Amino acid sequence: MNLIATHRLLWEETLPGGHHWSGRLRRGTALRLTDVQGGANLSALFYNAEQPLERYNMPDTLKSQHTAFLTAGYVCQSDMGRVLCAITADTVGWHDTWCGVGDAALVRARYGEQRYQEQRNAMFRNGRDGMLIELAKWGLGVRDLVPNINFFSKVVPDEAGALRYVPAHSAAGGTVDLRFEMDTLVVLSAAPHPLDTRAVYAPSDVVLTAYRADAVAMDDPCRTQCAQNGRAFTNTERYLGDVA
Amino acid sequence: MSQLLESHLTPGSAVLDQTCLAGDPWMGTVRAGQTLRILDLEGNQAVDTLFYNADDVSERYSAADTVARNGQLYLSLGSRLYSNAGRVMLDIVADTCGRHDTLGGACSSESNTVRYALDKRPMHSCRDSFMRAICEHREAGVLGLTKRDIVPNINFFMNVPVTPDGHLSFAAGISGAGKYVELKAAMDVVVLISNCPQLNNPCNGYNPTPIRLLVWD
Repeated sequence: MNLIATHRLLWEETLPGGHHWSGRLRRGTALRLTDVQGGANLSALFYNAEQPLERYNMPDTLKSQHTAFLTAGYVCQSDMGRVLCAITADTVGWHDTWCGVGDAALVRARYGEQRYQEQRNAMFRNGRDGMLIELAKWGLGVRDLVPNINFFSKVVPDEAGALRYVPAHSAAGGTVDLRFEMDTLVVLSAAPHPLDTRAVYAPSDVVLTAYRADAVAMDDPCRTQCAQNGRAFTNTERYLGDVA
Repeated sequence: MSQLLESHLTPGSAVLDQTCLAGDPWMGTVRAGQTLRILDLEGNQAVDTLFYNADDVSERYSAADTVARNGQLYLSLGSRLYSNAGRVMLDIVADTCGRHDTLGGACSSESNTVRYALDKRPMHSCRDSFMRAICEHREAGVLGLTKRDIVPNINFFMNVPVTPDGHLSFAAGISGAGKYVELKAAMDVVVLISNCPQLNNPCNGYNPTPIRLLVWD
């Protein structure tokens, strides 16, 4: 993990475990996600900020890069064949793309109920409600909630496809860096992963650090990861009216 | 591969029996308690399928809920198809193929430009079939289906193996002529199908072919 030079820093804030967040990241900016206590889960969805009908597409992202998980070098593709953001650095190695978010019933069944009435802001939160709350702030809703990325979480299949959650996959201080290639609406929830096997509700905090990114070179590692990524960058540049 | 189970239902007693040609979309409603059979007439034909709650289409098939709640990447006999509200929409009650895909989604002009070449955009695709269906079908207009509702779908009869180290590939099909999958509806569902026209990979054996759709009470 490289230190971010002070003159490039835009802002930094902490997303407490379980909480949700949304905001806009412009093309040319980057967002570093840091797992504070270890074992974090950060559910994420990305939308074209000017036309949110265009959004992160799990199948298109996976099949064009022939991968079932995400790490450095891969890009998060929209359903329109463009790159919303590229993963430029990663100390964690595997981020889950399949399992979606847990809902209130799941959190209640696994951890019990802790309501605002008694617990105030220590109440238990779930990923589905967190994502929907943030989507609603942008005029979006349940129809826009599609399969998301779960940063910091790892779930592996056996040969027959049976899934196993890998506990303690992400260590304290683990980071992943996203460089935005389009103006992007980012929607996040730091609630527990739906297959998390830990008995106690104790989701890790995640620090969000926004910074100015370098211009994307033609030999950028994400762009040259495979010919498919090169074409996705070309599609993005054509959409934006840049040279391609 | 998973356990196979043949059905006792016979076409003579079906209340619906239709053929969907290669590259065409299909829409229909299956009521709670009815059984839908999707039949691969000539073999190795991917059938891109979405399900919606007929009473409220904002509730729909969810790949993530289905994968996480089954604890399984592939669909087969006994798999439960979950909605984005965490409810069971349909159950797979018979299957002579053995594996169906949850991760591959639908092909589109746009993804074809990325996956194969920028000049593949004009080729027919599942996305275009879905767009045509939601524009043309009276039912889709009444329900208010738009591109917002087109989400990662099931690919019946398609084989997208994932290795334990996370590699994903589009492998040769494991279906064959006459293989089928049957789903029993737990709620009234609208079925939206694209009979996949993809010619750039082996998901249809490089030869898209018709499918047959049957419904029993």
